Amino acid sequence: MKVRSNAPSLKGRIADAAPERFFWDRTARLGVNDLARGTSFGGRLGELAGRSVIVATSSQLTTALALIELDGVARRLTILPPDTAADHLGPLFACAEADAVVIDAGTLDHPALDLPVRVVCAPAIVPTEEHSLPYVPTEWVLLTSGTSGVPKMAAHSLASLIAPIGAGQSLDGTVVWGTFYDIRRYGGLQIFLRAIVGGASLVLSCAAEPIADHLARLGRSGVTHLSGTPSHWRRALMSPEIKQISPRYVRLSGEIADQAILDSLRATFPEAGIGHAYASTEAGVAFEVDDGRAGFPADFLDHDRDGVELKLVDGALCIRSPRTAGRYLGAQHALRDHDGFVDTGDMVERRGDRYVFAGRRGGIINVGGLKIHPEEIEAVINRHPQVRMSLVRPKQSPVTGAIVIADVVLKADCARAGGEQQQIKNDILQLCRDALPRHKVPAAISIVPVLDVGTTGKLARRYG
Amino acid sequence: MSIKLTIMDLMQRIAREHGKTLAPLRDDLVLLDSGLDSLGFAVLVARLEDTLGIDPFTAAEDAMFPLTLGDFVKVYESAQQRAVA
Repeated sequence: MKVRSNAPSLKGRIADAAPERFFWDRTARLGVNDLARGTSFGGRLGELAGRSVIVATSSQLTTALALIELDGVARRLTILPPDTAADHLGPLFACAEADAVVIDAGTLDHPALDLPVRVVCAPAIVPTEEHSLPYVPTEWVLLTSGTSGVPKMAAHSLASLIAPIGAGQSLDGTVVWGTFYDIRRYGGLQIFLRAIVGGASLVLSCAAEPIADHLARLGRSGVTHLSGTPSHWRRALMSPEIKQISPRYVRLSGEIADQAILDSLRATFPEAGIGHAYASTEAGVAFEVDDGRAGFPADFLDHDRDGVELKLVDGALCIRSPRTAGRYLGAQHALRDHDGFVDTGDMVERRGDRYVFAGRRGGIINVGGLKIHPEEIEAVINRHPQVRMSLVRPKQSPVTGAIVIADVVLKADCARAGGEQQQIKNDILQLCRDALPRHKVPAAISIVPVLDVGTTGKLARRYG
Repeated sequence: MSIKLTIMDLMQRIAREHGKTLAPLRDDLVLLDSGLDSLGFAVLVARLEDTLGIDPFTAAEDAMFPLTLGDFVKVYESAQQRAVA
């Protein structure tokens, strides 16, 4: 299939791909050039034209193929992350006004994916003739890494998604991007788009692939640019296979990068450029910091940088830029304030010439990129008959990232013997395991005599 | 109970809680191959702090990334020696 090389769609952007460029996951390695001239939809792309399409693929490779073909063809693309709860699908489909779904071998039999048009995307490319489908500006809908309840749906355009990608990208086909981050989330999607716009190859991960195998595969691919969350990098640094890779550029995003992880990466990759990006699904990429220090220079707040403006409102970072999402689909509240700023909810504090991140407003805890409201966990703990009150808080650890700790006050008439306390702790943990997903179960319970209650009568929560 | 046995006991318990199967716990076992995932390790470090009263990872100036179970046990043994000294 030929597509005009000046076409604004993703497919148009790979029309003149260098022959050595590839997409590679554990199961298949595909030439970008082949995709430019072929299709992974078995001749059914036309059925998706002008529709609101749910991308419900199980593998990242088929996701990548579907996104490339659907941009500029579908009216709206809603990308489902792999952990989307089955009972959220109905509300999400309704909100997206979805009338078509793209599935792959792994989601073929999913009973909830029953939209009027179902098209299978396969990791095998068949050459096709040029299609004559009209170009439509596709709306890209990403789900926020929600706390509880149905995730919010942030609507981007291809323009807002690729706005952070600098013009200085090498187009010589020698860049090989890798991402630990799933491309169905904003941070991973950025890397996918960087590979396409920047003329690079891309190595994708598979959920079932052991980290050692993934690192070995990255090594074999000659990966030059590699991205992941601080949690991903901590995990990679614990694998002996880290020696297999020698990237020129190491990128962190999706969680706040602390000095310990930056220093560890510097020690492991002394020659590499190391950058940490601040980004969220709603706010887009706000900035990238490449001086190897945690936080960001204070003067970022005073200047418009590449069209991105930052301001603080009651200590919280707010962002206005062409990179933010435009709106939430179907939500009551606005994604931007009346001046166009997105409130990130991330608290920052000035330390000398830097701003450093001081946790989330409202005590929201980020565990491996998943946001947790402490109140939800406290409500479960407080069901235990011997619990008076509880406070769930994050604990930072340079090796493991944030984890959830619960401080618990027992009722006065409860015995205080050590053995009995241990039994109560075990009971509380069991209660949490029965009621909550694994990442929300406290890593440890500590029995405390008292909890601070602020002047508002609310539990005193400290940031981070 | 020795630190090593405490660690191994907690690993078994956390693996059971998380529905994971542990590999045989030998000193040269690569931690990532042990059967615990990163959340499992986060829980392990937190429980060890609860049990032993030390968290050598947070206390350390530089981040340490132990590769094997033997390395991991050593980190705790030397942290406890420092705490006693």
